Amino acid sequence: MQLVCPAGSLPALKAAVRQGADAIYVGFKDDTNARHFAGLNLTDKQLESGLDFIRQNQKKLYIAVNTYAQPEGWERWQRAVDHAAALGVDALIAADPGVLAYASKKHPQLNLHLSVQGSATNAPALAFYKERYNIKRAVLPRVLSLTQVKQVAESTDVPIEVFAFGSLCIMAEGRCHLSSYLTGESPNLCGVCSPAKAVRWSNDEGKLTSRLNEVLIDRYEEDESAGYPTLCKGRFIVNGKRFHALEEPTSLDTMDLIPELTKIGVSAVKIEGRQRSPAYTEQVTRVWRAALDSYRRNPEKFSVDPLWRQTLAGLSEGSQTTLGAYHRAWQ
Amino acid sequence: MKLSLGPILFFWPRAKVETFYQEMAEQPLDYIYMGETVCAKRRELNLDAWIGLAKETQQQTKAQILLSGLTLIEANSEIGALKRLCENGEFTVEANDMAAVQFLAERKLPFVGGPALNIYSGNTLAEFIDSGMQRWSPPVEVSGAMIKAALKQLDELGVARPEVEVFAYGHLPLAYSARCFTARAENRPKDDCQLCCINYSEGIPLLSQEGQEVFTINGIQTMSAEVNNLLADFPSLAAAGADVARLSPRAEGMLEVVKAWNQVRNGQQPPLAVQGCNGYWHGRPGMVTAEEAGLC
Repeated sequence: MQLVCPAGSLPALKAAVRQGADAIYVGFKDDTNARHFAGLNLTDKQLESGLDFIRQNQKKLYIAVNTYAQPEGWERWQRAVDHAAALGVDALIAADPGVLAYASKKHPQLNLHLSVQGSATNAPALAFYKERYNIKRAVLPRVLSLTQVKQVAESTDVPIEVFAFGSLCIMAEGRCHLSSYLTGESPNLCGVCSPAKAVRWSNDEGKLTSRLNEVLIDRYEEDESAGYPTLCKGRFIVNGKRFHALEEPTSLDTMDLIPELTKIGVSAVKIEGRQRSPAYTEQVTRVWRAALDSYRRNPEKFSVDPLWRQTLAGLSEGSQTTLGAYHRAWQ
Repeated sequence: MKLSLGPILFFWPRAKVETFYQEMAEQPLDYIYMGETVCAKRRELNLDAWIGLAKETQQQTKAQILLSGLTLIEANSEIGALKRLCENGEFTVEANDMAAVQFLAERKLPFVGGPALNIYSGNTLAEFIDSGMQRWSPPVEVSGAMIKAALKQLDELGVARPEVEVFAYGHLPLAYSARCFTARAENRPKDDCQLCCINYSEGIPLLSQEGQEVFTINGIQTMSAEVNNLLADFPSLAAAGADVARLSPRAEGMLEVVKAWNQVRNGQQPPLAVQGCNGYWHGRPGMVTAEEAGLC
């Protein structure tokens, strides 16, 4: 299985290459990118320099143009696709059929990967993208159980990439408007979720409180550690009880599943976190490289080294990890 | 302006569903969508029962009956059921997943693109129209201005416009998950949910710790707490290019809702203000009303 790692900056890209990523994925500095966060992503010059470094090390570069094009500004999506093609990237990751159509007609030699934002969770959906746009790979949303991933992989000829580690979207990617309902900006259209500009921290009645466009997301006791107010990870009241009604602050970690994912025939595992620091990319890549190599060397005796797990837990939201939807009981 | 009744997004007992459609069959509606779009485990009516009810209702109404497909397709059994739905041979299907689009396109059947399909621009519309889409119900977060711009873009591409159906009334379907939040709220595992969402005919309110209603939990679906209501915005619906206003069923009061919309489409002055939100329509956060957003 190929290891695909995130880079939101040139140092992160280099760290991923050095630590053994097989491919690095990045995005442009605009709303064509589903990680369109302030201060993040590479300038054109940094991209060229990063690509040189990747070529020297014989790795691959993927570019994500994975938001949905807005009618006003369609040129930005066209330009992003043309730019990726001109750079000679190894794949363009896209979700919007309009963007995929443009890319496949204009640049037939460009490899297209269906982004997780495309929300394709089943073989007939993948067939649509394969037949119309000749996609070479698809990233599955983090909503499927391991059995369901297996069913998809068995019934499609499209190579499959799955998420291995990182922040966990509780909702099917590409099918969540919660952020725009509260803030006006969504992953699909703006490339952001729970945008930083809508966040307000305050001290209410001695308690640290986070709000998103003035809606209270969470309030912390003194001994609790506070997390970024991603709206699905707040504590709300349902049927009179206050709890993480949608999801706890936790990260996905599927290292235990490396044997199963390999047997299923998954082509690539993806690390989430283009918005994270170069140190994050460096450590996660190193640990996952070690785990994949260890499995390859001796598949029968594979076990997760406690040190790997410790490293990953330290990088996780709320220092917790979960198998997420891969493990049925989580659902 | 035509009026449509969207699929029932909540899980109601069969008797309530049947009574509801008996009433709705007599209302001044142009389209009625039927079928389960949220959770395949909801089987008060299975696929055959839905098709049976659709046939029966079609006999009693002047509205065109359509069948809506499931939104989040995860299991092989769900793919099989969706395929059978697409092959029903009588009713036009609303596709809410690309699997349905693929099945319908393969069979060269015209279809409706539901709000769960990510179609935001003219270029993307052209792809779906080429696959057989004849009516477009845009994602609920799309504004009137964006609809207008997308249709203009389509005109420039030289592609004939589809019919446009705007989600005009009801709790907005906002998100879908592998997890069932109703089961979670009742501390039940999803595999042993006991179909507890049948006890909440309009979902469960999710409140902030300050008591503000934020979302509505409806099984694997998360909806808006506020009811989206574009009745006061009626003149701008047609101006944006909408042909159909979709009214999404609520547990109570739908007769009055249909009546109010029917009066306005027949020329009565729309109300100056209504209860509920309309932020998305105005390109603002979905939860706000235009007045709050300073747009009135």
